Amino acid sequence: MARTGPAERPLSPHLQIYKPSITMVMSILHRITGAALFVGTLLLVIFLVALASGKTSFGTVQAIYGSFLGKLVLFGYTWALFQHMCGGIRHFIWDTGAGLERETRLKLGWATLIGSLVLTALAWIVYFLG
Amino acid sequence: MAEFNLPKNSRLVEGKTWPKPAGANNLREFRIYRWDPDGESNPRIDTYFVDLDDCGPMILDAIIWIKNKVDPTLTFRRSCREGICGSCAMNIDGTNTLACTKGMDEVTGAVKIYPLPHMPVVKDLVPDLTRFYTQHASIEPWLKTDTPAPEKEWRQTPEDREHLDGLYECILCACCSTSCPSYWWNGDRYLGPAALLQAYRWLIDSRDEATGERLDNLEDPFRLYRCHTIMNCSNACPKGLNPAKAIAEIKKMMVARQY
Repeated sequence: MARTGPAERPLSPHLQIYKPSITMVMSILHRITGAALFVGTLLLVIFLVALASGKTSFGTVQAIYGSFLGKLVLFGYTWALFQHMCGGIRHFIWDTGAGLERETRLKLGWATLIGSLVLTALAWIVYFLG
Repeated sequence: MAEFNLPKNSRLVEGKTWPKPAGANNLREFRIYRWDPDGESNPRIDTYFVDLDDCGPMILDAIIWIKNKVDPTLTFRRSCREGICGSCAMNIDGTNTLACTKGMDEVTGAVKIYPLPHMPVVKDLVPDLTRFYTQHASIEPWLKTDTPAPEKEWRQTPEDREHLDGLYECILCACCSTSCPSYWWNGDRYLGPAALLQAYRWLIDSRDEATGERLDNLEDPFRLYRCHTIMNCSNACPKGLNPAKAIAEIKKMMVARQY
């Protein structure tokens, strides 16, 4: 049967076609790392509960966290923590109304990423040296 | 909740490749979003070839060339061709901008053109901007005063007038609002960068006497505070304005008035 009247309007493409900018990517990472920190905090709670429960449980958790896979997860947690912290500082600067000009906001975006990577690297260098 | 995927009727299909102009050897490829309300199918991407030796330098020149020489059904809005009317706002090479002020030399490779993102499409590159204009109206973009009108004009010092620079130039092209992911996901409740920049234009006007009332109207988890400083708005604005900064200033006014 022939349609009467025009078809239902489509929604124009958005996320699929929009070219990512550093500020957009940092915003998305802030969300993702924020969610990841929730899981990371659970890891911390498990660690503390194991510590309080005695030698055997603490040993088990230490073995898991100390394994290669465990360290990889902890490495990710460290980066998420630093990324979210740097992002938080960036948002704090913007909340004062500063750092919003074109050049500055792009630089702040890159500084967030570079800052988080450098801090993560430093933390793990200290860990391996210590 | 944000819906990241396109609805079924909005998913893109590969369209038609239109013949290359005869005898031309300086060609530029254009891939353009097409949707016909009288047709039966989903939106499609058509491929056109523009003869650069026969065409002006801007993207708008190219799509007018296509409409005149290749495909008269290609539909888009345009008027002033010099960045003051805001009609030809569209997504070019992944970023919202005005077709008339965007040069073809600013884009590498095939030029991809879509309508302004996350909007209902009327036809081809023409989005339905009804809600966008309603939101602008909702911030009551006019001078509101209690003082009786002076005999002549409302006076303002040059310093106070300077506060309006970077705000009054907005042409309401909708490039900023439709670049904003918060507006994509919550455009029914979040006012978006364009309307908020306009709101700030009246909040900061020394002659306006409804500042408190205007702030009350914006004090809402969605209308103002859905701005998460993603900055797509300011990165996109073809007039070089800074809606993100205007929004930050409104947020500051909200805090300041509590003390």
